[in-house]
Amino acid sequence: MRQRGTCWIVSLAICAAVVLGLAPCNGWAKEPYKIGGVFSITGASSFLGDPEKKSMEMAIEEINGRGGIDGHMLEAVIYDDEGDPTKAVLNATKLISKDDVIAIVGPSLTPTTLAIVPLVEKEKIPLISCAAGIKITEPVKPFVFKTAQSDVLAVNAIYRHVQKQNIKKIGIITVENAFGESGKEQLTAQAGKFGLNIAQAETFGAKDTDMTAQLTKIRSAEPEAVVCWGTNPGPAVISKNIQQMNMKMHLYQSHGVASPKFIELAGDAAEGTYLPTGKILVTRQLPESDPQKAVLQHYVQEFEKIYKVPVSGFGGYAYDAVQILARALPGTEGNRDKIRDGLEKVKGLVGVTGTFNFSPTDHNGLGEDAFVMVQIRSGDWKLLEK
Amino acid sequence: MVQEILQYLFSGVTNGAIYAVIALGFTMLFSTTSLINFAQGEFVMLGAMGLITLWKGFQLPLGVAFLLSTLGVAGVGLLMERLAIRTVRKPHPIVLVIITIGASILLKGIAMIAWGKDAHSAPAFSRHPPLEVAGATLLFQSLWIILIVVAVVLALQAFYRKSLTGKAMQACAINRKAASLIGIPSEKMTLLAFALSAGMGGIGGVLVAPITMSSYDMGMLLGLKGFCAAMLGGLGNSWGAVLGGMLLGILEAMGVGLFSSSLKDAIAFLLLLGILYVRPSGILGEKAIHRF
Repeated sequence: MRQRGTCWIVSLAICAAVVLGLAPCNGWAKEPYKIGGVFSITGASSFLGDPEKKSMEMAIEEINGRGGIDGHMLEAVIYDDEGDPTKAVLNATKLISKDDVIAIVGPSLTPTTLAIVPLVEKEKIPLISCAAGIKITEPVKPFVFKTAQSDVLAVNAIYRHVQKQNIKKIGIITVENAFGESGKEQLTAQAGKFGLNIAQAETFGAKDTDMTAQLTKIRSAEPEAVVCWGTNPGPAVISKNIQQMNMKMHLYQSHGVASPKFIELAGDAAEGTYLPTGKILVTRQLPESDPQKAVLQHYVQEFEKIYKVPVSGFGGYAYDAVQILARALPGTEGNRDKIRDGLEKVKGLVGVTGTFNFSPTDHNGLGEDAFVMVQIRSGDWKLLEK
Repeated sequence: MVQEILQYLFSGVTNGAIYAVIALGFTMLFSTTSLINFAQGEFVMLGAMGLITLWKGFQLPLGVAFLLSTLGVAGVGLLMERLAIRTVRKPHPIVLVIITIGASILLKGIAMIAWGKDAHSAPAFSRHPPLEVAGATLLFQSLWIILIVVAVVLALQAFYRKSLTGKAMQACAINRKAASLIGIPSEKMTLLAFALSAGMGGIGGVLVAPITMSSYDMGMLLGLKGFCAAMLGGLGNSWGAVLGGMLLGILEAMGVGLFSSSLKDAIAFLLLLGILYVRPSGILGEKAIHRF
């Protein structure tokens, strides 16, 4: 008994010594700002989450290299949600209650983002999502922002190009999941504005092996162009089927296939396909006058130097999110309400994805210039004139 | 309209032939061991991935790559029987079925590590322009698929009817105990049935690789469709598997064409339910299927 008592006293003494001893140390370096990250680093959507995690770490390194913000270093706490909304909520809870972060970057997907929106709204933690779904920022939620381009802009880019070809009648084929549904909604909603008539609308399963039947139905409606909305591999099958069926009409794909993988899968069936993409795929072809060119070149160069893998079109969402946060942070001393207000005031920030102009009514901040149209020619992307 | 119906038919027959090969694998194993192997879809995936690796990756001639992938998948089936099925102490059917589900998850995981999560594609077997038949296009690859499926079914029939081993397998299927009493090594027959049905899945994979994209998780859906086809035609009947596969493929294509693409799977599966309600043993099935 007496021994245990001594033990207590000794441990208390050690604790006191540690606390007192460390306290002065904090005097010369301010406590770091902790920023949370939730991405789909593994699982089916790892092609999004993995480069996003890397880009977030890279952006934070760069900011710390410049001395941090107001003397505070940034510290990233990143968790993997594996593309699962339940895990995303668990991770966000952990970030808020255990890690006490001042803001969260991510998640990578629309379903995972929508799952944590109620939580961050309740806890008043600024969230900058890397997902595309329009429902994330529309209607505007006070604490929710996003950096990825919405489908609205992608459809807008496609339709502007379609209109320029003097096409009036189109067919659409969309995948049966959240991405395809959202695309279909926008394609239908915006058609009238561009004087287009959707002659035939079809869908396909994400894992279907052959889409000839749907395309036959589209062909019999005799549209002048087909717009396909999906992510690999479905759209590549459609490109192949269209080539096999010898359908002589323009094919537009969505930004969902804007990666070299699509060209590899579809082979020469991809030739001539039009699609909207972020500028990152065509960094080298951008004119010197493009405001994003310098930012893109820097990002691509640094990413490939640090990680020794080709840059992806998706990591930029997280890179931009950190830059936006860094613009909003100065003078807030980590106060979340002040950060939120700061985010709404970010204007003219040139990022990898586009130029961001946030406002109380626009929490995405991107304009039409966030997408360019490219055509696949001899196995490579060719930037088309505006 | 005729032209479109013809196109739906061609599309349906191509998919149907693939479902048929997968259904053959199910049927073959079921008739010898009265076991349903839910890893059958994974064998299809392995066949497709094997072909892509050997043909596109290692640049082997098509015939060699075809043969090697089929044999390789048959080998996986053999291993599965030896390691997972044979070693079960109380081989109750439901335990074995669950083991095959476990095996399918394992194979999927291994494939994900070996080939990554991305999809892969293979070119068609031969570079011919698609044929024009009354305004509808027919892929040369479809002809290849149908030709190979017919050849496989005929070879199977010959094997069952003419060879001693084939007859011994059938004897096992009819009455296992009696077969072993008259000196047929029923364990070896089970092993052979596993290898053959896995090989059949492998052929299905090789055939499907050029017409679609292959990825580590493609097996699940194809296996399910093949299972439906086998049930539709009557488990245990080779021609039933072919008929079931074709019917399912054509129904799917017609469902898309004449109704709506979002109802594609629903139409096929509703009809499956209907047929099984009227004829629980399938269209060509003779004996009643007993439930586990």
